[in-house]
Amino acid sequence: MTQADVIQAIQPLFRDVLDQPDLLLTADSNASNVDDWDSLAHINIVMAIERHYKVKFALGELQGLKNVGDMAELIIRKTAKS
Amino acid sequence: MLPPPKLPTAELVTSMDIRTMDVVQLLQRRKRLRRELLEQKGLRPLRIAVLGATTTSELTDLLELLLLADGFQPEFLQSEYNKYFEDAVLDPARIRAFKPDLVYIHTHFNSARNLPGVTGNKDEYSSRLKAESERFRTIWQSLHENVGCQIIQNNFESPPLPALGNFDAVSFGGTTRFLNELNLEFARAASDNPRLTIHDLNAVAARIGLNQWFDWSRWHNYKILTTPEGSLALARSLTAIIGAMLGRAKKCLVLDLDNTLWGGVIGDDGLDKIQIGRETPVAEAYTAFQEYCLRLRDRGVLLAVCSKNEDEIARSGFTHPDSVLKLEHFSAFKANWSPKHENIRDIARQLNLGLDSFVFVDDNPAERAIVAAQLPAVAVPDMGDDITLYPARVQSGMFFETLALSREDTERAATYAANAAREESQGKFADYGEYLASLQMHAEIDGFRPVYLERIAQLINKTNQFNLTTRRYTFAEVGELATSANHVTLYGKLTDMFGDNGLISVVVGALDGTTLNIDLWLMSCRVLKRDMELAMLDLLAERASAAGATRLVGRYLRTAKNAMVADHYEKLGFTLLNAAADGSSSEWELEVAGYRPQTRHIKIQGTRQ
Repeated sequence: MTQADVIQAIQPLFRDVLDQPDLLLTADSNASNVDDWDSLAHINIVMAIERHYKVKFALGELQGLKNVGDMAELIIRKTAKS
Repeated sequence: MLPPPKLPTAELVTSMDIRTMDVVQLLQRRKRLRRELLEQKGLRPLRIAVLGATTTSELTDLLELLLLADGFQPEFLQSEYNKYFEDAVLDPARIRAFKPDLVYIHTHFNSARNLPGVTGNKDEYSSRLKAESERFRTIWQSLHENVGCQIIQNNFESPPLPALGNFDAVSFGGTTRFLNELNLEFARAASDNPRLTIHDLNAVAARIGLNQWFDWSRWHNYKILTTPEGSLALARSLTAIIGAMLGRAKKCLVLDLDNTLWGGVIGDDGLDKIQIGRETPVAEAYTAFQEYCLRLRDRGVLLAVCSKNEDEIARSGFTHPDSVLKLEHFSAFKANWSPKHENIRDIARQLNLGLDSFVFVDDNPAERAIVAAQLPAVAVPDMGDDITLYPARVQSGMFFETLALSREDTERAATYAANAAREESQGKFADYGEYLASLQMHAEIDGFRPVYLERIAQLINKTNQFNLTTRRYTFAEVGELATSANHVTLYGKLTDMFGDNGLISVVVGALDGTTLNIDLWLMSCRVLKRDMELAMLDLLAERASAAGATRLVGRYLRTAKNAMVADHYEKLGFTLLNAAADGSSSEWELEVAGYRPQTRHIKIQGTRQ
């Protein structure tokens, strides 16, 4: 599973939560360059990703992430372990 | 657990979808779902102030979707995180300006202050309990004085980490004991205060299980204390309580017979072979379900039978010596070979209830599917195929929530039985007047009195058919009307030879100079065609005149359910002032001066001034 695979897979989740059917997610996407990605949407995005990959992020695990690329790398690490 | 249902894709979301989706589906697609639900017609606005000890945004997001699915359009005011006390007591102006229909105080176990020290003694414990109870009373009192609307208050779930283990529930130093006792204090406060409704958070958490209820990661990250599943259970429970507050609770449980109320098919197996009683585990399980239905009936839920059977054979089932339910417990009985949705329509007509008042229980998925498709207003819970779970399946729908139990509730089933006797005797008379005279009706009609306010508010909020304006008033507003100098209020009670029908009619008029505008006129359908509206008008004219009014002005505002009163004012002798071209509303006038009382068949007792 590559970073691009993960981004491709989580793009529909972002589209759902943000209600933006045409949203294009890239490794550089983050809360400041994607419309409506606020703290409330963030909670729902995390929840959707946890359901999709059947993982649970530990406290603090998400804090250092700068963008969707970082998030994809974290998902790859976590799914590899389980 | 069932797998989560598939999300609807191309088609618009329906209310049924919302009720069966799991929490991740709801939150992931929240914005789209909300957008589509807002396109429904006839949504009823509802303003809710949420005072939270935790972050409440997820809860209100879910609550919004569920209320939208139930036909409400909620608007929320949320306090800042953990500022519920400050907002309620120190700065209630913000809540007052929002003009909420209700205030919800969302507290958890960790919102309690004044907890006893773990080595505390009895005196310290008692004084702390008093202080904490007082702190919440201060909140409710301030909201009552400054906002004046209905309050929903969570009680407390068990603390997740009781320092004293099992002894925590016993010791004066135990938080568990303290919160249990505080919950009792809340219950006492609510029984003395009809404006205060307790939301049993303790039971919601217990049903899920504390280990699946608390989510410490979300607590530390977002200050949300519950798992997403916990938030959804909370939102469902609140939706049920709010629905009951606004008259949306169900009123009648329609039951199939074979393999629903007893095991086996009575037409094939015979009366002596059906499974009911204590002889086998299966028979015991059916008995337990019958006992559950009887408990609902005893608290005012009507029971009806809808079964594909020969009528006589179906009825014989209730002569079984072990049958807990007897024929007299049913307010309607349909056993024939017609489609069930047609029978349920007949039952609705017979009981004068809207289809949205019904819950249909049948072991056969095909029958459930047809009823659900033909009568979308009827609630059709998935019963599964395990009779031991039937009571829980009905219970988990939270269909029959109630805020209080009035005398009318406990006597309702008997009233409907008396109605059946009335209908029977109706056939024996030469004309309708003779029939009405034979009923020996007595009415008590008077201005709102404190002892009846609860029933009046209940009637105002649940009457849909005989209701000219369908205006709803909270309990608090009804109390204000009772003492208002600018209003003429009337309640009506009707008794006849078959029994007491209870308080069944309400009229409210607002004085505007010499005009009395009739804001509200409603009546329970169980006393239709009894001339009770004439008796109400006689008193209304009299009281209006005494208050200085020279004319009455009444309005009819059409809804999906109140077509039966479109000609109400015309029949009473009012003159049409104006009417909307599409018939959606009309305005009527009656001079008070020359009015002569019209009631002929009802004796109005002791209240004429």
